[in-house]
Amino acid sequence: MWLLLWENLTCKRVRLILTVASVAVAFILFALAESFRYALVGGIEVVGEDRLITSNKVAITQPIPAKYLQRILTTPGVKSAVSTNWLGGYYQEESNTIISYGIQNGAQMLDVYPEMELPSEEFQNWLRERTGALVGRTLAEAQNWKVGDVIPMRSNIWLLADGSNTWEMKITGIFDITDTGDSNRLYYHYDYYNEASLQYGADQIAQVISRVENKNQLMDVAQEIDALFANSDTETKTISVKAATQGYVNQIGDIGHIVTLIVGAVFITILLVTANTMSQAIRERTSELAVLKTLGFSRFQVTELVMRESLTLIFLGGVIGLILGTVLVQVVGDSIKQHLPMMVVPLKAYVVGLLLMLFLSVLSGLAPAISVWRMKITTALRHN
Amino acid sequence: MTSLVNIQSLSKTYMRGKEKVPVLQTLDLDIPEGDFLALMGPSGSGKSTLLNLIGGLDAPSAGKILVSGTDISTMGEDELGRWRADHVGYVFQMYNLLPVLTAQKNVELPLLLTNLSADERKKRAQSALQLVGLGERTMHKPTELSGGQEQRVGIARAIVTDPLLLLCDEPTGDLDRKAGDEILDLLEALNTQQNKTIIMVTHDPKAAERAKRVLHLEKGQLVSEAS
Repeated sequence: MWLLLWENLTCKRVRLILTVASVAVAFILFALAESFRYALVGGIEVVGEDRLITSNKVAITQPIPAKYLQRILTTPGVKSAVSTNWLGGYYQEESNTIISYGIQNGAQMLDVYPEMELPSEEFQNWLRERTGALVGRTLAEAQNWKVGDVIPMRSNIWLLADGSNTWEMKITGIFDITDTGDSNRLYYHYDYYNEASLQYGADQIAQVISRVENKNQLMDVAQEIDALFANSDTETKTISVKAATQGYVNQIGDIGHIVTLIVGAVFITILLVTANTMSQAIRERTSELAVLKTLGFSRFQVTELVMRESLTLIFLGGVIGLILGTVLVQVVGDSIKQHLPMMVVPLKAYVVGLLLMLFLSVLSGLAPAISVWRMKITTALRHN
Repeated sequence: MTSLVNIQSLSKTYMRGKEKVPVLQTLDLDIPEGDFLALMGPSGSGKSTLLNLIGGLDAPSAGKILVSGTDISTMGEDELGRWRADHVGYVFQMYNLLPVLTAQKNVELPLLLTNLSADERKKRAQSALQLVGLGERTMHKPTELSGGQEQRVGIARAIVTDPLLLLCDEPTGDLDRKAGDEILDLLEALNTQQNKTIIMVTHDPKAAERAKRVLHLEKGQLVSEAS
């Protein structure tokens, strides 16, 4: 039966190639879309549930005074806190953006971000080194950096009094992030940046990230923090990291939804193409299938032959598509590693892909299979 | 001679819309084992319908068909399929070979329903092809064969399972006289030498002359018989 199946499939080679190619293209798109979605949201579901972000109430892009960190640290319920600044950094070329944060109160860094892992010695070196930088492994590998390297980071926001925008940093440690593996970032000392002769923006920070002692009191602590600065020149808004993440996830979720719709539309088109091919192939072979029934092949056996053809077509194209998609994601992922470090086809996508292949096979083979099941031999034999 | 096919009060009616169209009417017929029967008659007389009913390709509206003592008129579609595989070989006017398969693979098709090994299937298919004089062309596809050769492959496919009955629907209808004669020689030999019971539908009186008996049908009824 496999011989008959293969001969039937390959007797019209151009049609076979075009159909398999169209299915393969659909699964390449599927692999790309899934890896893109994973790169965007894959790592943000596991962030700490006991962290708060405090930023300017007016807008997240507006700064808050650096001294706010000390006051937040004295708030009851706050266990540890650091402030962050956005450098807007890049390395060598402006397009080579480096996600880099200036950290105030670095000594509590590992308490605020317990998912960070690095040798204690490297962390201590960072605390001691004024120009020190901690670099995530993903970033270090992408930029080919190692501990001890001195790198000229540049900022497209912050200028020194002499007009220069170059910030020399020494890499003192390379860290990993447990769970998500997203370590595409650099941490430097806020003091190094703030003590330089800035043209503007001195003594200001972007956000304070604090970790609370009891996550059940997270929002109570948030209210207390905001109460500290109520009616001041710079009021704050404190939300949970989870809520901030959720907002981000919702936005990305919309993108993911659009991607799903596009891939869905492609799949429906492919389904129509394949179903049409299958129907045409069966119509052309009506009398042949009737002969098989005449020879004694059961309805089930003949219908199975049709379904196997559908399965073979879809799985051939689908597997080729997933393999090519994986290779493509690898190539694209390597070239944009610093922007989307987690751009890989997740294992779940392969499982979903295989289920989709099965679903498409059944759907596209269903109509021809039903017509074969119902086929009346004496009528079909006249179909020459 | 023992009766192989026994037909009792057989009727077949088709529906054309709401109208009933009788094709065969209370027909009785006995076909002994080893017979070579030709069914003749004008178009629409019911000869192909009768052949299809005997072969279990269609179900009668009334009456009984006993083949080797088994009543096939009450069998379901899949049961009839299994019965056909064991007892009937079909030869079609248009040969109906699968164009993507070689002659040998075409002949092997009915054997796929048996428990024979691949080697045994191949051996039997080659023997059948040798019997019909195509031992040298086993690896040719239908498009590489002449019409007469295609029909020989069709006959090899019909006899490869060693069936009780060979049902031939206009086996020479698409062939020139010479090729047609060769096919009829082959059928005659299968009947006389292998004792195959053959029922052949034909329009061609010359072809019918090769049969041991000729039955004429008109409007679904037997009108004459000649030996």
